[in-house]
Amino acid sequence: MIGELGHLALILAFLVASIQGVVPLLGAWRRVPAWMAVAVSAARAQFLLMGISYLCLTWTFVVSDFSVSYVALNSNTALPLVYKISAVWGAHEGSMLLWATVLAGWGFAVAVFSTSLHAAFRARVLAVIALVSVGFQLFLLLTSNPFERLLPAPMEGRDLNPLLQDPGMAAHPPMLYMGYVGLVVPFAFAVAALIEGRIDLAWTRWTRPWTTVAWAFLTSGIMLGSWWAYSELGWGGWWFWDPVENASFMPWLVATALIHSLAVTEQRGAFRAWTILLAISGFSLSLLGAFLVRSGVLVSVHAFATDPARGLFILAFLIVVIGSALVLYAWRAARLAGGGEFDVCSRETFLLANNVLLVATSATVLLGTLYPLLLDALDAGKISVGPPYFDAVFVPLMLPLAALLGFAPLARWKKDGWRRLWAKLRLPLLVVVLASLALAFGTPASWAMAAGTGFALWIAAGVVLGLRDRLRHRHGASVRRALGRGFIGMSLAHLGAGVFIAGVTWTTGAGVERDVRLAPGESVEVSGYSFRFDGVAVHPGPNYRAVRGTVQVLRDGEPYSVLHPEKRTYLVQEEPMTEAAVDPGFTRDLYVALGEPVGTEGAWTMRVQYKPLVRWIWLGPLMMAIGGLLAAADRRYRPLARPVRAAAPAADKARAWG
Amino acid sequence: MIFVALLVTGVTAATSLVIAAMGENMLYFYSPSQIRAGEAPSGSSIRVGGLVVDGSVQRGEGLEISFALTDGAATVDVSYAGILPDLFREGQGIIASGVLNAGARLQAEEVLAKHDENYMPPEVAEAMEAAKRSGAMAPHGSMRQ
Repeated sequence: MIGELGHLALILAFLVASIQGVVPLLGAWRRVPAWMAVAVSAARAQFLLMGISYLCLTWTFVVSDFSVSYVALNSNTALPLVYKISAVWGAHEGSMLLWATVLAGWGFAVAVFSTSLHAAFRARVLAVIALVSVGFQLFLLLTSNPFERLLPAPMEGRDLNPLLQDPGMAAHPPMLYMGYVGLVVPFAFAVAALIEGRIDLAWTRWTRPWTTVAWAFLTSGIMLGSWWAYSELGWGGWWFWDPVENASFMPWLVATALIHSLAVTEQRGAFRAWTILLAISGFSLSLLGAFLVRSGVLVSVHAFATDPARGLFILAFLIVVIGSALVLYAWRAARLAGGGEFDVCSRETFLLANNVLLVATSATVLLGTLYPLLLDALDAGKISVGPPYFDAVFVPLMLPLAALLGFAPLARWKKDGWRRLWAKLRLPLLVVVLASLALAFGTPASWAMAAGTGFALWIAAGVVLGLRDRLRHRHGASVRRALGRGFIGMSLAHLGAGVFIAGVTWTTGAGVERDVRLAPGESVEVSGYSFRFDGVAVHPGPNYRAVRGTVQVLRDGEPYSVLHPEKRTYLVQEEPMTEAAVDPGFTRDLYVALGEPVGTEGAWTMRVQYKPLVRWIWLGPLMMAIGGLLAAADRRYRPLARPVRAAAPAADKARAWG
Repeated sequence: MIFVALLVTGVTAATSLVIAAMGENMLYFYSPSQIRAGEAPSGSSIRVGGLVVDGSVQRGEGLEISFALTDGAATVDVSYAGILPDLFREGQGIIASGVLNAGARLQAEEVLAKHDENYMPPEVAEAMEAAKRSGAMAPHGSMRQ
């Protein structure tokens, strides 16, 4: 009954979205206020219906209604409640339902917070979002119905994939989808602007915070995924250049370029067409990601099902959405030209360099991800493009970006002087270079580590210089005014990039990984810590049984910590799973994972790792995400603070960029 | 002008990086039959996929292990030193990457098995199909892709 209700709500949402996608567009074209107004109420109704549909599916999981096929395949009565709730997005159908619900949620948010946009523009934005919604709802209804019945109902469900029974996995997909799908907002703003043939200051003021918020979600989603892979895939890696990871990383790179190009468009009116193109590309890459992951083109832990109908549907949808957006762009972009002139030495140039680097990186990742698929499709051989390729192209493109990050925020708009910048930067540069040299020659650190640390310090120095610039000659209340949330957010996010670089540098360069075979009582020495294996014992869990090892960590002969790595066998799917034990720390993680039993005297193979600064790899992106949210909350984006500008497009032109 | 110049520089740099990186870091996939037929290069890294032959897994001292991979028509011996993935077991489809030595034995640097009992890497499934089509396939249990 609840299942049918959810299905019905989904069908109704689809009908509402269809109306929302057509009527307001016609209304904006024919100038009929009543038709335009449909968009707002339809967006609310659509979200309500999608919410009901989503809750219905969640309910069938909570009560273990195995007459719903999707529940039977992905849940089990012994599954803990929190994983029953997260199991909703544990496989294909449910995660698409989550995607469509989040999409309706973004549409709803735009409808609620866009009261100061002028009516025609608002109607167009909401209609574009609804048209994307229609595609996904149709996809669900035609190829991936999560409410399909399975009769007679089995007595017990097949359980959730054990890999997904982890707190990181419970939070990773919703965050990631908030980001992925959130890029629909700048996309819709871009398409609506193209239809109108005009971009004004109000447009950028509107698009920027929405983009930044979506980007912040995407950042934290990717971060959670990496953290999950580290603790759950068992072997201590934090990024694998897996095609599915790349699918989320490409939109992130383009979205990062977009928030920077939006800064130029907002402040100086330049790069308008480019900004629009990035907004279109960002969401297109999200859709491409959905296609790659959902079509089964890629086979990995994320590709739940291989169903050609699904792949074909998304591919067709992809072509329609991206194709029509690009055609519209080609037709209208020329109208958008304009903006302030700028000198070679100016913040605009540096931000442009940032954009070129980020987009080039995204393109190389795209190529590495699609090339094997292309060759395979052409029957030209089976290849795999692994981490060595990505490392080889990614690092050289990121180094100039890191260098740029240190000083570009200090440059002035329009025209700056190399001499002025040099005077400002020579002291910090000297300090950073000396520190790196000291690291390279005075310690066992390699050149690469010294360089990586140098880049991280350089970024931190840039952030400090930026703060000092802002606060010079200011006291009391004016300090608070000088440090707007936008500036603080930017500084925090940039510092986060430095923290991330430091984390990657040290984990990669100074981390120690030892695969060993230990009998009970034997120890292994890793980076000054002694790991003594004290044997294993059987340890029952709620829906698995585990073999649980005890590893006593000693430092200088003193007990330091005890780790319990597990080898679990989940009862329903009979799948073995390695549950690593981690002693986390701000400066280092100690990591032990059990391999398998060998020999007769109770020995096990195991991997023992010392990972310095590995937490910084996630701390950095967390700082970026918080920085993004802070920046989006800046005073100048508050709708109530600027109703006039947005409501009066005519006045806006007069105040256009100088 | 600045825009165009920077764009051209960026694209050129990225393209040359990609070409260099592609040339050095692509791994080609070979089936055991292809290796037996001498089609795979020795001395450079390749990927081999197949089913782990029943009864072929042998542990040595420490972490050494050896096993054989089959596509139904031919087998390849593999040596590996390290920890095997959770789903490595006899009869399971896996992919090993490494370098072929003189005796056409693969010295593996990495062994991959996927986290799904029914999962068979697509390359492995296709290699088995190809071997079956060529008629040399011994009868084998049902396989799901």
